[in-house]
Amino acid sequence: MSTTAITASSPVSARNGRQVLPGYVLQLDETAPLHLDCGIDLSPVTLAYQTYGKLNADKSNAILICHALTGDQFAAEPHPITGKEGWWSSIIGPGKPLDPDRYFLICVNVLGSCMGSSGPADTNPATGQPYGLSFPVITIADMVRGCMRVVDSLGIETLFSVIGGSMGGMQVLEAVAAYPDRVFSAVPIGTAAHHTAQNIAFHEVGRQAIMADPEWCNGDYLLYGRLPRRGLAVARMTAHITYLSEPALHRKFGRSLQDRDRVNYGFDADFQVESYLRHQGSTFVDRFDPNSYLYITRAMDYFDLAAERGDGSLANAFRGCKSRMCLVSFTSDWLFPTSETRRMVHALNAVAAPVSFVEIETDKGHDAFLLDEPEMFRILQGFLDGCASVRGLA
Amino acid sequence: MNAPIATTKPVRPPIRPDLQIVADWIEPGSRVLDIGCGEGDLLAYLGAHKGVDGRGIEIRGAKVNQCVEAGLSVIRGDANTDLSLYPTGSFDYVVLTQTLQAVEQPKQVLEELIRVGTKAIVAIPNFGYWRNRISFLFNGRMPITHQLDQPWYETKNIHLCTIRDFIDLINLMDLTIDQAVVLERGARRSSVQVDSRRANLFGEQAIFLLER
Repeated sequence: MSTTAITASSPVSARNGRQVLPGYVLQLDETAPLHLDCGIDLSPVTLAYQTYGKLNADKSNAILICHALTGDQFAAEPHPITGKEGWWSSIIGPGKPLDPDRYFLICVNVLGSCMGSSGPADTNPATGQPYGLSFPVITIADMVRGCMRVVDSLGIETLFSVIGGSMGGMQVLEAVAAYPDRVFSAVPIGTAAHHTAQNIAFHEVGRQAIMADPEWCNGDYLLYGRLPRRGLAVARMTAHITYLSEPALHRKFGRSLQDRDRVNYGFDADFQVESYLRHQGSTFVDRFDPNSYLYITRAMDYFDLAAERGDGSLANAFRGCKSRMCLVSFTSDWLFPTSETRRMVHALNAVAAPVSFVEIETDKGHDAFLLDEPEMFRILQGFLDGCASVRGLA
Repeated sequence: MNAPIATTKPVRPPIRPDLQIVADWIEPGSRVLDIGCGEGDLLAYLGAHKGVDGRGIEIRGAKVNQCVEAGLSVIRGDANTDLSLYPTGSFDYVVLTQTLQAVEQPKQVLEELIRVGTKAIVAIPNFGYWRNRISFLFNGRMPITHQLDQPWYETKNIHLCTIRDFIDLINLMDLTIDQAVVLERGARRSSVQVDSRRANLFGEQAIFLLER
């Protein structure tokens, strides 16, 4: 096991060839494989991660940031492919709730993804060809196990906090349930302890769009030098609608037309909302691997904390939870609605866990967790300050 | 290690006199659930001065957010429904100040308080207070006072009672009064016995420490 900075001499594979990425990697070889829920002990495994700030002397100020479905470890710096701002730059930075002057922030690219960590776009050492669908199916628990291997490699016993939204929130919940002694505080945002039928349904539409694209080639598109761009773009377009609220869509676009005065009786993008979605879809394919999209959406669908860790009872799954928790939901999030957060709060109450629960008033839908939400920032800041003073962090 | 002094948080002013009485009853280091905790004044006080492991439930979102911002463990919830979710005996004290008269089923809520907590602390406004009586007697209208400050069509108080009514309920439920304090106008602490006629006439509110 070794942790090395990524340099030109130790490139990390990204989709479509090898690209040098900022950050670090942890390599797990056959002597230390990663055990997966599907029963496979996977090796070699690469886990790419990024850190911000400095670990203090007693290693008590580490925060694990868990990214969402299409996120990555570049939470607070320009994205190496798109050049866009880090996905959580709004919340990470000096004077912000996740302050690198105060905390040591770690963000691991999840297993199965495509920004340096092992995933279906990697070369299978057994065949010398891209894994494609021969990559094992992974779960949220597998992702968290991977993250904790990185945490181990940094010599950190207890994380001061684990924070994440959406799928990141699922990882937070899994970490709290699986490592009760290693998570001092936890902030699951806009998430749920299981995927609902509606959540699974939307993901299935996305997956079918990818698999219906002839360029997908049964998952072997890399082998043939092809790419199911259209399929992945449609998957992203569908998903993107679920991240927004109806009022937000209306406010942003209404029925406004795109660069024209009247509809043109055809199937061009007459409406601004169409043009916007097409743009979202087409830019997404430049940075994301279609098979990774299949694997990660599957992991989310399989997530059911109560079934996996509580014999069907969510309260049982949280029994023994010592982490101070702050659950956050958004009024207009219909993908992970407040009712799902309330279920978790009830389960946490049933085991008398130390829990806070706030619902943020916003019309921005599920995406609110990524956006500038001053109220959420203040709450996060206050919650972390409170935890820091209990933990004795200056 | 001493807890660092937070510099960003505003210093909280002294807590309300009735909350001070509640705080004085609570043993240091105990587990406390404050129902209808508002802005978290009691919880913050108990955390700072008594090393209490405190939790709160509050129905108004803005107040909840204020509490969490201040580092308190508070959830957005409803005393009518959420209490049943807590395990029996999970707290040393469950506190309900100025809220019992606003719940749908006061007797059930009281049962829940004493199930979830080893002890329950309940504060009630006294409808038998002389100003209420005079107002009703001479005006023939629902009283509006300093304590009950809203007209009948706007008040959340749907189950008002007098101190004597409340003591009847406590007896009916076989609960024991460990301590009780009667507060007169201006939250002045009265020396009269809580079960006296004087208390029922001159007490504006009463606070009870109850046990089964």
